[in-house]
Amino acid sequence: MTTAEIKAAIEQRFTGSVVENEDLSEIQVELKGDHWLEIATFMKNDPNLCFDQLECITGFDTGEEGPLQTRYNLHSMEHRHKIEVVISHDRKNPKVASIEQLWRIGDWFERETYDMFGIVYEGHRDLRRILCPDDWEGWPLRKDYEGQETYHGIVVPKIKEEEEWE
Amino acid sequence: MGVVQADQMTLNIGPQHPSTHGVLRLEVKTDGEIVSEIRPHIGYLHRCFEKHSENVTYEQVIPFTDRCDYLASMNSNFGYVVAMEELMEIKVPERVEYIRVIMGELNRIASHLLGLGTYGLDVGAFTPFLYMFRDRERILDIFEYTCGARLLYNYMWVGGVSHDLPHDFEKICIGFIDYFEPKIKEYNELLTYNKIFIERTADVGVLPADVAVSYGVTGPNLRGSGVKWDVRKDEPYSIYDRFDFDVPTGTGQFGTIGDCFDRYWVRMLEMKESAKILRQALKDIPGGDVYQALPKKIRPPKGSVYRRTESPRGDLGYYIVSDGTPVASRVKMRSPAFTALSVLDEISRGWMISDVIAILGSLDIVLGEIDR
Repeated sequence: MTTAEIKAAIEQRFTGSVVENEDLSEIQVELKGDHWLEIATFMKNDPNLCFDQLECITGFDTGEEGPLQTRYNLHSMEHRHKIEVVISHDRKNPKVASIEQLWRIGDWFERETYDMFGIVYEGHRDLRRILCPDDWEGWPLRKDYEGQETYHGIVVPKIKEEEEWE
Repeated sequence: MGVVQADQMTLNIGPQHPSTHGVLRLEVKTDGEIVSEIRPHIGYLHRCFEKHSENVTYEQVIPFTDRCDYLASMNSNFGYVVAMEELMEIKVPERVEYIRVIMGELNRIASHLLGLGTYGLDVGAFTPFLYMFRDRERILDIFEYTCGARLLYNYMWVGGVSHDLPHDFEKICIGFIDYFEPKIKEYNELLTYNKIFIERTADVGVLPADVAVSYGVTGPNLRGSGVKWDVRKDEPYSIYDRFDFDVPTGTGQFGTIGDCFDRYWVRMLEMKESAKILRQALKDIPGGDVYQALPKKIRPPKGSVYRRTESPRGDLGYYIVSDGTPVASRVKMRSPAFTALSVLDEISRGWMISDVIAILGSLDIVLGEIDR
């Protein structure tokens, strides 16, 4: 199935869940976060869609005031089609349903995105930091991240910012 | 008050332990000698690859990718440049494509040799390790001859490669393959058909196909479970669609499909297939200028790309978001070893501690890639 057909199938089942966004590429589809778990369950179990493989979860920060995003790359081993689902979160209170129990790899991918962006995956059974130490402060991959100055008495080196790129 | 469970014990394996293949800590809950739960703790090698990538230009990311999967740096480079070229819509010269495939396959053999050799070590066979390292050394010599580096190459650039092949490369590489192919028989006699090795690996740590897919396990580990999935065949990138090679899968010849032996055996067969690809590529490689398509400055248009390639450990994906400047807005690496490690808990329950070492070894993880 093409992206447009998959999008239509989701829209038909969950009316009003697809968000129109001009900036996205043809493989991407933006969804509202409210019914993500139901939509994901449908996408995995529907025989025509059958997305049995979750390739990747990427967190993304759109900029200073913009929303945070979670991007799911899904692939169907059976039908050999793929799609990228984009879900935007409010920057102040980023949260979305966890799909950890649908695709088991979601467990670690969501922990990683939580670790780096502070996006809370509701319903995740073991949501804690995975790459950074448990007592690390802040969300490193957010654009407005300010590194802590010391960590247990160790000075944390600052990343040098280049003045201007040309 | 809970019931005191006298037999329950928590055992820490690692972070500094040779059988963890790097800096990995396994918190193992055991009941006597039987494992009831494993909690892997990772992040000891976290070097902020993704954060750094947002602060350096696109070409400066390539040396970082070397250091993620340091056993298959060529394949790490390969994945990144393929993703970048897709984002920038660059067409690279034929010769460059062939050089990349040759380097990628040589590195696949080198990585599998190390993986299989250390796997022998994990289950108590020391000699095969030395044999395999001897042959891996020859591949590293070829790399050194080509680009000057033995392990961290920075060889593939966006739109090209850093050095053309030396004039007698073909002869040396064919010489290596002629030398290497009969060696596989030697490894089999030494390790594969060794009774003790089979006893240690057959039927141990069975990973069923549906669990493997759900956990995002890819590469030889997935194929060991009998799923015929190879990005080189199923989503061809570069020029892999031109070559004739098989995708070996696990058959459960000594036990169940998806056991440690199958994962081991798939890697062994894959080296043969890589040699087959190498012969074809060396025969057809055209001449030409390798620097011809190098862009003057790398400034991809706004947009994002997710591209996965087949590294020796599985689907290596790069997610790159560009905002139109020479610096990436986001670079995410989907590392195959990360997903492979996450399944460890599931398939190790109920096995002995020594079997956990065998299972962990059969997944062939690289911690540099897991922690990035």
